[in-house]
Amino acid sequence: MNGSWILSGILALPLIGALFILLLPRDSEATKRNARWIALFATLITFLLSLVAWGRFDPAQPGFQLIEERDWFSHAILYKLGVDGVSMPFVLLTTFIMPICIIASWAPIQTRVKEYMITFLVMETLMVGVFVALDLVLFYLFFEGGLIPMFIIIGIWGHGNRVYAAFKFFLYTFTGSVLMLLAIMAMYWTAGTTDITVLLKTHFSPQMQTWLWLGFFASFAVKMPMWPVHTWLPDAHVEAPTAGSVVLAAILLKMGGYGFIRFSLSMFPDASLYFAPLVFALSVIAIIYASLVALAQESTKKLIAYSSVAHMGFVTMGIFAANTQGIQGAVYQMISHGLVSGALFLCTGVLYDRMHTYDIAAYGGLVQRMPLYALVFMVFTFANIGLPGTTGFIGEFLTLLGTFQINNWVAFLATTGTILSACYALYLYRRIIFGVIEKPNLMGIADLTNREVVTLLPLGLLTIFYGVHPQPIIDASAASIEQIISGFQHAITATKSAGL
Amino acid sequence: MHETAISLPVILPEAVLATGTLALVLYGALRGERGSALVNEFAVGLLGLVFILMVARNRPMGLTFYGSFADDAFTRFMGALALVGSLVTLLLSVEFMRQERIGGFEFPVLILISTLGILMLISANDFIALYLGFELMSLALYVIAAYRRHDLRATEAGLKYFVLGALSSGMMLYGMSLIYGYSGSVAFGAVANAVHDHASIGVVFGLVFLLVGLAFKISVVPFHMWTPDVYEGVPTPVTTFFATAPKVAAMAVLVRVVITAFPGIANDWRQILTFVSIASMVLGAFAAIGQRNFKRLMAYSAIGHMGYALVGLAAGTVEGAQSVAIYMAIYVVMTLGTFAAILSMRRNGRAIETMADLAGLARTDPTMAFFLATMMFSLAGVPPLAGFFAKFYVFAAAMKAGLYGLSVIGVLASCVAAYYYLRIVKLMYFDEPAPAFDRPSPVARIVLAISALAIILFVFAPSPITNAAMAAAQSLF
Repeated sequence: MNGSWILSGILALPLIGALFILLLPRDSEATKRNARWIALFATLITFLLSLVAWGRFDPAQPGFQLIEERDWFSHAILYKLGVDGVSMPFVLLTTFIMPICIIASWAPIQTRVKEYMITFLVMETLMVGVFVALDLVLFYLFFEGGLIPMFIIIGIWGHGNRVYAAFKFFLYTFTGSVLMLLAIMAMYWTAGTTDITVLLKTHFSPQMQTWLWLGFFASFAVKMPMWPVHTWLPDAHVEAPTAGSVVLAAILLKMGGYGFIRFSLSMFPDASLYFAPLVFALSVIAIIYASLVALAQESTKKLIAYSSVAHMGFVTMGIFAANTQGIQGAVYQMISHGLVSGALFLCTGVLYDRMHTYDIAAYGGLVQRMPLYALVFMVFTFANIGLPGTTGFIGEFLTLLGTFQINNWVAFLATTGTILSACYALYLYRRIIFGVIEKPNLMGIADLTNREVVTLLPLGLLTIFYGVHPQPIIDASAASIEQIISGFQHAITATKSAGL
Repeated sequence: MHETAISLPVILPEAVLATGTLALVLYGALRGERGSALVNEFAVGLLGLVFILMVARNRPMGLTFYGSFADDAFTRFMGALALVGSLVTLLLSVEFMRQERIGGFEFPVLILISTLGILMLISANDFIALYLGFELMSLALYVIAAYRRHDLRATEAGLKYFVLGALSSGMMLYGMSLIYGYSGSVAFGAVANAVHDHASIGVVFGLVFLLVGLAFKISVVPFHMWTPDVYEGVPTPVTTFFATAPKVAAMAVLVRVVITAFPGIANDWRQILTFVSIASMVLGAFAAIGQRNFKRLMAYSAIGHMGYALVGLAAGTVEGAQSVAIYMAIYVVMTLGTFAAILSMRRNGRAIETMADLAGLARTDPTMAFFLATMMFSLAGVPPLAGFFAKFYVFAAAMKAGLYGLSVIGVLASCVAAYYYLRIVKLMYFDEPAPAFDRPSPVARIVLAISALAIILFVFAPSPITNAAMAAAQSLF
């Protein structure tokens, strides 16, 4: 089989890097430096390898590619990897964000650097694994395993109330996930396998689908996060170190959306149709409520965290519209949010590194001292609002377009979210950047360093490039999404004609 | 299976253990205090030898003593597990006994006698053999519990254990006599034939009393009251022993009894086990939250874990029995590793047990902190560690048997339990360091390292354990 080692390679490389760092001696300046370089190299090579995988990936084919398969648990559970048009962009997003995270942690992280880099590398493996696993149990392993490194990152390198945030994050997601685990077991005993490619073709009875859908929903809704189980997110974001917030926003949240597309929609079509109004309602509440809450925030990070909740509302809405534009838009919105919110957290991190506060009131008039920063922050603020010419616009527009065909009230209410997002994002920008500098301690604030430019520039370029030229991402996922939708429609018609 | 009057190859491990133990008693009695170090070393060697004999593939399986002693794949799997527990306990105890100045050759000998009872219990195939093994194991355990006879806490724990243990033994014996009276036999197979799909009320009463006795030994709710006090009160190596080998034995015989003697009335015992299992999981999860003493925490944790193991048994299927075997195997490894870590907690030459002492361990001893954190994540059941697969198998078996309510309550209880395991990780990694521990003994460190590595690497090569557990389960049906 051609290229059958690539995905395993992407999974293994960060771990190999982590192993090297583990072997470094403890606690010296040289160790810190070496740990950073090894981590950077490992993540960069992983990114290059994922580009190779991207090169070998054929977007015209709807099915899974680059498949590798090995026996694992007594023939019952497989070690099976593969990517399709939906998962490939997420793999690239993950491997792309990780080197940026490492660079962003270069100077801010000065304590326990060795452990920090190991944790990040292990987490990269687990996150990529979620998107490439083609066995449900393997998927669950990666999905849940990611909790351990994130728990540790928030708990050790976080700020302020970090312990509370770490526990909340862990227990929320853990509780959601165990119910999915039971659903996975029920599917195994019904279908006799946990191979995702087989399960995608298996038809579960509508009644069973309802329970399975709820089990998966419990997990993905928490991860997403959807209202009302979103409350872990602002805490985790605010207390996590900058790179931790970036990973959370850019990648971890996408696992929920990916799960909805891959499992809920594709495997339980009848239940998805049945529960779509519920998802629409929760999405609209999330969009409006989270946007209003964001308006009232006094902390930069918390504001961006709530804007994430609102943006994820568009994603869930688009997915359960279950048409081409809806799902296309959801995937696009997730990629876009990965780039934009990641960059926004980096921007807040830039300020935090200088002033050690996330308090919006502590800033103001930064354009006088940090013109470059003001420019970069503006680009991402506009992308966050969804201004045409940025990726944010395309994602929101497509999801709204998709939803409008299904339910125009939902689309109408969700559209108010785009207005609200302009309110809170511009309000934030005005309070931080514009005006005159009044605080004496801001007088000496320095503009972006080269290292910070290196982290923000690629994100900014991609945001604008894919904002004006969205076709590459859409083409990559089009065939797979068409297949998902035709499977969905087919199942719905079959159930209807069976008179159920 | 082949049935014989007496077959030496079949009972070889037990025979070697019995002979060796008697020899060590003699040697110890003649040499007195001076011989105790050597007795300990010989005891370790003896257990190692018995372990090798137990897992040797070319030894024939079969029934012996006219069917009252079964040596099958299940016996060997559980026997090997119990032997690992005993062996590691002895290894860990040497250093501790020296540090705490608890001498005497009796301790290793008592462990050996108890282990002999454990092996008999695991292979028991009728009620008489069951009771003999049970009492041999228990009597030695009572003495071990009160071994440190000048320590008030230890003697209190020993007495408490003895009184409650004797009560439960009595109930069990009463249950057996009821079963005998109403079914006409003490052999498991004959009882199964007699209660084929319908049981008289006498047999059901007998079954209930029998389950009470066994539930006491595996310490599940509502017969768990002794556990926290005894775990906390007795010396740590003794706790290690209590938490592993006897639990494996009692669980093994519980599995064997309900599956081979009462398959016809599975609905009756399934109800009991379901209740006991739910109660244990929930109590284990909630009661542990308030604990400060690490050993006491592990007691509640053990109560919860036995509840999870019973989830698999409640399924009553081959997969269920397999899942219990897997669960016990992983539980033993996790418990041994955790207690090895507790034994390493010494400061200024004194053993300390409160969890607050672990604060900041990641700075003072990163290796130990990492291994102990692995244990905690595994006990909480977080993938990809072995503890997750233990839970995975029991819940998969329960889901297959249609026990949905039990499964949902079980996984939710595991989320509550995750809180207190995480709290230990939090203490070690997030908090400011407490003074460093004394240099731990190499044995404890090696035990901790090996168990942690086994827990981490299980995911890469699970088949030896899962296949052996499957063979063990199939030999019961």
